[in-house]
Amino acid sequence: MLTVDNMRIKMGDFSLAGDFKIASGARVAVLGPSGAGKSTLLAAIAGFQPMDSGSIRWNDTAMPKDPAARPISMVFQDNNLFPHLTVAQNVGLGLRPNLRLSSDDHARVESALTRVGLEGMGERKPAQLSGGQIARVALARVLLRDRPVLLLDEPFGALGPALKAEMLELVRTLLDETGATLLMVSHDPEDARVLCDQVVLVADGQAHTPVATDEMFASPPEVMREYLGR
Amino acid sequence: MKTALSFVAGLALTTTAAMAADKPVLQVYAPDYFASEWGPGPSIEAGFEAQCGCDLEFVTGDVMPRLMLEGERTEADVVIGLNTDVTARARASGLFAPHGLDVSGLTLPVDWTDDVFVPFDYSYTAFIYDNTKITDAPTSFDALLAMPDDTKIVIQDPRSSISGLALLLWVKSVYGDKASEAWAKLNPKILTVTKGWSEAYGMFTDGEADMVLSYVTSPAYHIIAEEDLTKSAAIFDEGHYLFVDLVGKIANTDQPELADAFMAYVLSEEFQSGIATTNWSFPSKLATDKLPEGFASLPVPAKALVFSEEEAEAIRKPALDEWLAAASK
Amino acid sequence: MARRSVQISSTTILGVLALGVVVCLTLGTLVAVAMRAEGAGRLGPADWAAIRFTLWQAAASATLSILLAIPVARALARRSFPGRSVLITLLGAPFILPVIVAILGLIAVFGRTGLISQILGLFGIEPISVYGYHGVILAHVFFNLPLATRLILQGWLAIPSERFRLAASLGMGPSDIARTLERPMLREVVPGAFLVIFLICLTSFAVALALGGGPKATTVELAIYEAFRFDFDLARASLLALVQFGLGAALALIALRVAMPSDMGAGLDRAVTRWDDRPALLVQDIAAITLATLFLLLPLGMVVLDGLPRLLHLPDVVFGAALRSVIVALVSAALTLALSLPIAALAVRHNSRVVEALGYLTIAASPLVIGTGLFIITFPFVKPSDLALPITAVVNAALSLPFTLRALVPALAAVERDFGPLADGLGMTGWTRLRHLWLPRLRRPMGFALGLAAALSMGDLGVIALFADGDNATLPLQLFRLMAAYRMEDAAAAALLLLTLSLGLFWLFDKGGRVNADR
Repeated sequence: MLTVDNMRIKMGDFSLAGDFKIASGARVAVLGPSGAGKSTLLAAIAGFQPMDSGSIRWNDTAMPKDPAARPISMVFQDNNLFPHLTVAQNVGLGLRPNLRLSSDDHARVESALTRVGLEGMGERKPAQLSGGQIARVALARVLLRDRPVLLLDEPFGALGPALKAEMLELVRTLLDETGATLLMVSHDPEDARVLCDQVVLVADGQAHTPVATDEMFASPPEVMREYLGR
Repeated sequence: MKTALSFVAGLALTTTAAMAADKPVLQVYAPDYFASEWGPGPSIEAGFEAQCGCDLEFVTGDVMPRLMLEGERTEADVVIGLNTDVTARARASGLFAPHGLDVSGLTLPVDWTDDVFVPFDYSYTAFIYDNTKITDAPTSFDALLAMPDDTKIVIQDPRSSISGLALLLWVKSVYGDKASEAWAKLNPKILTVTKGWSEAYGMFTDGEADMVLSYVTSPAYHIIAEEDLTKSAAIFDEGHYLFVDLVGKIANTDQPELADAFMAYVLSEEFQSGIATTNWSFPSKLATDKLPEGFASLPVPAKALVFSEEEAEAIRKPALDEWLAAASK
Repeated sequence: MARRSVQISSTTILGVLALGVVVCLTLGTLVAVAMRAEGAGRLGPADWAAIRFTLWQAAASATLSILLAIPVARALARRSFPGRSVLITLLGAPFILPVIVAILGLIAVFGRTGLISQILGLFGIEPISVYGYHGVILAHVFFNLPLATRLILQGWLAIPSERFRLAASLGMGPSDIARTLERPMLREVVPGAFLVIFLICLTSFAVALALGGGPKATTVELAIYEAFRFDFDLARASLLALVQFGLGAALALIALRVAMPSDMGAGLDRAVTRWDDRPALLVQDIAAITLATLFLLLPLGMVVLDGLPRLLHLPDVVFGAALRSVIVALVSAALTLALSLPIAALAVRHNSRVVEALGYLTIAASPLVIGTGLFIITFPFVKPSDLALPITAVVNAALSLPFTLRALVPALAAVERDFGPLADGLGMTGWTRLRHLWLPRLRRPMGFALGLAAALSMGDLGVIALFADGDNATLPLQLFRLMAAYRMEDAAAAALLLLTLSLGLFWLFDKGGRVNADR
């Protein structure tokens, strides 16, 4: 279980508070108006954003300070791949941050690439890949990282509708396999319906308690109605 | 390749090959030009090493500041290339020992009684010109000052160059209290003031300047090395400032015998006959008939002007201020 | 965001160590010299005159460099023509030129027997003189016009092309565009560029020495040299060095309030497409580019012409000196990187301008005082001539630091901004982060920084005078020896060799940083 306990973040005019729990294996969409703090919430959970007070816990253990030591994989909006490393190296970082890969590691990298549909593309550089392929590489790395929590910070925002649907489908299959807990920021409520069983609404400086997706869309609260425009 | 190896040796802080050869090392401090391939250093080194069974090592750079910084702890055994205008401070440092040599047979234009510094060559400061361009060269300092202001002259800064300092003293010895006025007349003709002699001389040979402050003996280089007879020194009736190059022995040298031997070598005929064409100046102890061709025929000033080192030391600062005031206008 | 607390230790330790080296080299040597001095120093009227002249010539040089750079940068920004990028690279050459070489070239063009005087002579006009205040400023403009042009050109290219399209769609003419787009950009860029050039000119030594024409053009650095040489007055020398630091620090305080130019190594390969062209503008631009090219490249051309005849007949010692200089330059470049990377990392990680400012200390430092201080410190332990080349390499590295930091800090900040969270999330720390993130991502600015450091080191006479022994001459020193031995033609050839090696080293490193760089 992921616990956000009395989190408070203040940066100038901006502030964000949150106090909620997410069950293991849940798939949670983080929705809300832009600038409300969706990405900040994920950054706090991942350990990139210092909090003024409160704590984040996983299974009632406080998260370590080092982002890499947290039980978390994260995929960012962009810059998910190092342009100077090959696809295989980018994925291999998920196993060995120092890239000293054994032959066994190489085999695992290759099978992860196969798993996301990029078989035999390990030697390419990111500049030779399409946007969808780049997202697949990032997901292959998530597979190898094998962490119980996956944070997606709008990684498919720049993809076209068909491609995005494909990627969401891939995420779903991966989650089915690994049973990981998902928090996904999106500006498209439709994403939540496709993939997520719960929604965390971030608005007015508050990250609200998760609500079941059906319920959220059946009877949205005031701020959600404003956001959805209805 | 030898240079690359010696560089590596330098980087590795190992002491030079001399130590390995187990010969005693005589360290001679000298101005930078001295040890260059074309300076007097290499032949002196070869000549002395042939007879001393030692390794002569030139250490070049700003000799006086370096000696003052090092003080009593200096590694120098002998210092070569000082001149009379700076010996007061060198003597006052107490670092030098009496030379103990017989200096009676010197061929200097003045009597030499100094018991610490030994002259090894001399010349006179003079303005050099191209005799194909200037046909009516000045024959006196007054005539120089009276030349039209578009005659461009390069001099050296007395604060960084000993020849520049010698000019300061030359003007002072010719004009005395009227030195300021002389500078005021000379100033419009001065194209630029360089840090050292070489930059100034380079400008002259490149044709940038019509005249350059150098030495009476400078034309000898062009005559002997380039067979070029177009460079002449303007000889002035008032006389020329005498410029004497000196060598001195460091008192607490760890090689006293070698140092003495070197001091004596400086006055030997071998050294003396070589110095004219390597340092381009008159040997301090060599009969005129033994001078190289080209030197003997050089016009020589009728009168040598010189200050004692006490006078030079006392005049140095006020003369500099006079010049600074005139040159800053 | 991303205030990382992990792995601070190694970065911080290395960064603090590197800063320590810089502070010791600059302030430490100054203290050593001051302590060796007897009594306190006092500044005479000539020293005050030197301070006034220093400030005046730096201000004049910076102003003129920028005023001239604006039309050149504007022309380069809006014109694309074959050879444009080659020209931009070539125009950068004077900045990394050894001072002695540049002076020889300038005299060959602007001197009394130079090109211009000869042309004037055809019309019966008196030759011009390059010596005096104007000579100093001419040389400073020669050195810094390329830098000013580069910085301002970056400003132009940083205006998003959409704005020019918008301006075109609104029917704006050149003067409207100047008012709404260009002048606001210049107000941003010019103060920083002015300060950088002012600082560079502040410690001018060799230029003032060679072209100043006499004691009226004495800079503070020159006054330090004379206090040392003529009077052996260490107290006055260190006091003057302190004044120089004070001036630098005052400027640094101003600099903190001004947007300083960043990313000295940025690419300038594209031109802005404009729709407001007029024939008059084309003429103006052609004139600006042609004049700047002539001004900057003619002196280089003269050095080449004068040097070629004897180049292959140079004595072996000159080539030995060249080899020594190249090795010193390579060591110096490596040291520069070893110092500037940890300092840049420290500055970026702690987002500290103080750290960065300390790294810039050496721009106001006096190389002569550094050399003397190091001599005083090391003399009791080591034979100075053994240290000649290593110390030259170290001091040259320190003196290049301000420029390499300027290239590395913004680039590293960008790398950390883009990829820092990803690397943190994956646990790439320490050596791994250096090897797999920083080094590959920083190739371009590092290539630029290495090239700059190597080139600046090649031409520097610096501190070697105190430490040298007879056999360890570097190429610039050898050049002076040739001049001192009446061998002017060989000296011209050695100058050409020095020019070729300096530009060649810069080109090699800079190119090396660009080849196969993954954008």
